[in-house]
Amino acid sequence: MAKFIGQRLAQSLFVLFGLSLLIFFIARVVPGDPARAALGFLATQDQVEKMRAEMHLDKPFVVQYYYWFTGLLRGDLGKSSYTHRPVTTDLGQFIPATLELILFATLISLTVGQVTGVLAGYFRNSWFDGLSRLISYLGIATPSFVVAILLIFVFSQLLRLAPSVGRLPIMVAPPPTVTGFMVLDALIAGRVEVALVALKHLLLPAVSLALIHIAQEGRITRTSIVENLDKDYITMHKVHGIRTSRLVFKYLLRPSIIPTVAVIGLDFAFLMSNAFLVELVFMWPGFARYAVTTMLNKDLNAMVAVVLVIGVTFAMVNLLVDILITFLDPTIRIQRRGG
Amino acid sequence: MWQERKADLVATMKLRRQSLAKGWYKYSRNPLSVLGLIVLVLIGTSAGLAPYITPYPAHAGAFTNFREAGQPPSWKHLFGTDRIGRDVFTRVIFGYRFSLLLGVVVLSLGVAPGVVLGLIAGYRRGTWVEIVIMRITDVFLAVPPLVLALAITAMLTPNLLNAMFAIALLWWPWYCRLVFAVASSLRNQFFVREAELCGASRAHILFREILPNCVAPILTKMTLDMGIVILLGASLSFVGLGAQPPTPCLGTMVADGAKRLPGEWWSTIFPALAIVLVILAFNLVGDGLRDVFAVEEV
Repeated sequence: MAKFIGQRLAQSLFVLFGLSLLIFFIARVVPGDPARAALGFLATQDQVEKMRAEMHLDKPFVVQYYYWFTGLLRGDLGKSSYTHRPVTTDLGQFIPATLELILFATLISLTVGQVTGVLAGYFRNSWFDGLSRLISYLGIATPSFVVAILLIFVFSQLLRLAPSVGRLPIMVAPPPTVTGFMVLDALIAGRVEVALVALKHLLLPAVSLALIHIAQEGRITRTSIVENLDKDYITMHKVHGIRTSRLVFKYLLRPSIIPTVAVIGLDFAFLMSNAFLVELVFMWPGFARYAVTTMLNKDLNAMVAVVLVIGVTFAMVNLLVDILITFLDPTIRIQRRGG
Repeated sequence: MWQERKADLVATMKLRRQSLAKGWYKYSRNPLSVLGLIVLVLIGTSAGLAPYITPYPAHAGAFTNFREAGQPPSWKHLFGTDRIGRDVFTRVIFGYRFSLLLGVVVLSLGVAPGVVLGLIAGYRRGTWVEIVIMRITDVFLAVPPLVLALAITAMLTPNLLNAMFAIALLWWPWYCRLVFAVASSLRNQFFVREAELCGASRAHILFREILPNCVAPILTKMTLDMGIVILLGASLSFVGLGAQPPTPCLGTMVADGAKRLPGEWWSTIFPALAIVLVILAFNLVGDGLRDVFAVEEV
């Protein structure tokens, strides 16, 4: 097991190194003057030259990469030319908001997806199964930003049920930052009503992110349930007169856990990239909106850091998922042990 | 001799026709896939003939008519008009043109290198060639394509051509990995061994022996990917990194119209539904092909 984790870790590190080279290459080779972009069009040529020297843009690619890499080892990702702050400070401020959103979306997609999957599988070929199939087809085909706009249109503008901008209303003072998660921070500060408002703000963006995953997880669970419904062990339990709820949760749901966990890794990457658009629509002050803004402003240091953060998260989640599956699935566990 | 060849040819043609008919029979068993195909054909022809069949072809470009701005849907303007008086229906049909063009260009640029690299890596599995190719592939797959596409287009001047280029640059690794899986499993099959023993050239083995076995999964993946590429293109133009105004692009139209919700809902909701429709159609057709080819996973 340790050997397996070590191998995967080494592989991930190699891939991340390659990714940093790739994104660095994209950022430096493509035409356009980042120094000029950072200073604005009013800066004099002298100032731009000075900035170029400061950003090491006048040196060859390898030297630039060396400076950047040694900085990375010291925990320094450079300064953002857009916010004029160290990139690490920016990331620390914006990542929690996105993490809160993504975790909440994962929670929604897992629970709703499992429940619909179980119901659709257990009552297969019923009207509910048909409806859930239709919704899952639509869910997979609808871009998250379209879902976001439709949700805002219906639930925020027509029905006035949920807010559509930011994490909190402007009039409400945000609770002191402890975890960076607005809902948790409000609860820690003992302000339950603020936590509820924050939760309400979280609802629409999280659902827009979650919809496609609800659809996918629902399909996976349904397939697994249908596959096992006719197996002998289920018939035996039925004959023994086990309650339906126990039959479903203890015996039918278990085989579907492994494929569900397996897709979480991929899901996470998609949640991250879909957050890029959903955060724009909801003006969510998170990492993804920061990423898009800095990219649009040709902010090189921030852009490289953003892509790397996503690469690192993706690699870590996938590693975790692989380890989890090894624990969950006895056949894989034995295979790995056997060599 | 010639007679024999001709008889051979006729026999193969007959076989091909039969298998095509069989495939179509299998495909047509699924009403949803047939529906998807019909929708696709409709979208494709109307997009292709857009300048001739849309009610106001001039509205696809830089056209303004403030007297008819912000009109709700009516018989005159099926999907209403946008904030500067252009017919939304016309622009949606023209928008399909660019979406489909994007999909076709990206896939035709991206698939070929991916397939060739995958074939080579799969055939030379276990050598340094495979390691180099597959590790580079891993690097490209280390972040979601939307993120890299955003980064690349943001560095370039935002326009349709650069968006196509950026997405195409990111698309080969998926095909490389797909073909690699098939090729490396076929490498030790008897027909490949036999060709090697007969002294067939490497190109013959890769392209005439192994490649035909990869066609089914490649085709299926391409159909499903059309939807994904169109989605990606719409996302880029939604952010403002795709085709620039006044080019009618579905993503841009959604972004523009969203500012005018809920009053002028038609100028954003219809383009949004148009995106969903075309992606849905490609997904349905892709699912149908998957059943026909009995491809397990793509």
